[in-house]
Amino acid sequence: MKIELRNPTRTVEIEGAMSVTKLLNKLDVNSASVLVICDGVLVPTDAFLEHDAVVEIRNVISGGAGVIYGATV
Amino acid sequence: MKCRVCRGSAVIDLKRHNANFCGEHFLRFCHQQVEKCIDEFDMCSTSDKLLVAVSGGKDSLAIWDILTNLGYEADGLYIGLGIDNYSDPSGEFAKTFAADRGLKLNVVDIVEEYGYDVPSGSRAARRAPCSACGMSKRHIFDRVALEGGYDVLVTGHNLDDEAAVLFGNVLHWQTDYLARQHPVLPARNGLPRKVKPLVRLDEREMAAYCVIAGIDYMLDECPMAAGNKHLRYKDALNSIEAASPGSKQAFFHKFLSKGAPFFAEAAEELRDELSPCETCGAPTPNDICAFCRLVERAGGQPVPVELTVRP
Repeated sequence: MKIELRNPTRTVEIEGAMSVTKLLNKLDVNSASVLVICDGVLVPTDAFLEHDAVVEIRNVISGGAGVIYGATV
Repeated sequence: MKCRVCRGSAVIDLKRHNANFCGEHFLRFCHQQVEKCIDEFDMCSTSDKLLVAVSGGKDSLAIWDILTNLGYEADGLYIGLGIDNYSDPSGEFAKTFAADRGLKLNVVDIVEEYGYDVPSGSRAARRAPCSACGMSKRHIFDRVALEGGYDVLVTGHNLDDEAAVLFGNVLHWQTDYLARQHPVLPARNGLPRKVKPLVRLDEREMAAYCVIAGIDYMLDECPMAAGNKHLRYKDALNSIEAASPGSKQAFFHKFLSKGAPFFAEAAEELRDELSPCETCGAPTPNDICAFCRLVERAGGQPVPVELTVRP
């Protein structure tokens, strides 16, 4: 399957079909830090991904401006 | 996996709630969590005029969407920060969101209004970029809220943001910062009330909300934030969360209920330390506020904010 990752944007190919959990383990990605979108549809961690699926692993962690220690908002 | 509500196919599993949801019921869950947060901390009412600080990212657009869905009168404020290849595309997401929904978006560009951008401002002030950026934004939030007659300023800080800030403050035992960390800061010293209605929802949930609700948002991370301390704290907390779901929520919300009262005295002392900035009049613990010092060092002018209203 084709896996699209971001920050930095890149595409990797993974052989075979597998569950989301197995895919994330294989890529060493923490499931709390990403969404998995298969063929344009959000899927839960027990979803099974076919060998020809196009999968986006979208990082959800951001940490830029405005999050300052002690900031009053 | 089945939706906890309708038993249809789930699109997301929330381990800390031991629950799965279909798209429709996940959106409803998020609305309920925000309502619960607003009620729990007495943040605002539907008679208040709200100003939502929007960056073009998932959290701020999601909270703007949720609040308007819940019947609140909420305008947006976007601040152009002059960060190459980031600020302009982020602004487009905010403007498109507002235009598509007929919402009012106030826009302030710090290069046009104040004569500096975040990269040059942080260098001139010898501050970390995120520090200069956050401080600039907070100053402009206050001014626009006051000039526009808004009762409440809303920001999209979520559970992960607050847990990471708490983690950093505890690591260094920043007791004065711990005293200030709360989802609501009351109006005082001429500053508007500030609220964070997303503190019951985490980043993954906010990203999922946007995907399900069809909200396009800026996916790229701010280039100035790469590798910062805050992101490392989030990574550490997510490692704990993966092994023990619910840890982030317990850490932050139990701080509010059990830990924060120990810092209440320090919070009271901090409230008495502010006086008007000699240059701009904003409340500050010094003669000249940090924002005016930054603008001066960056070679700009501390001019008042002018509102640009977009339909």
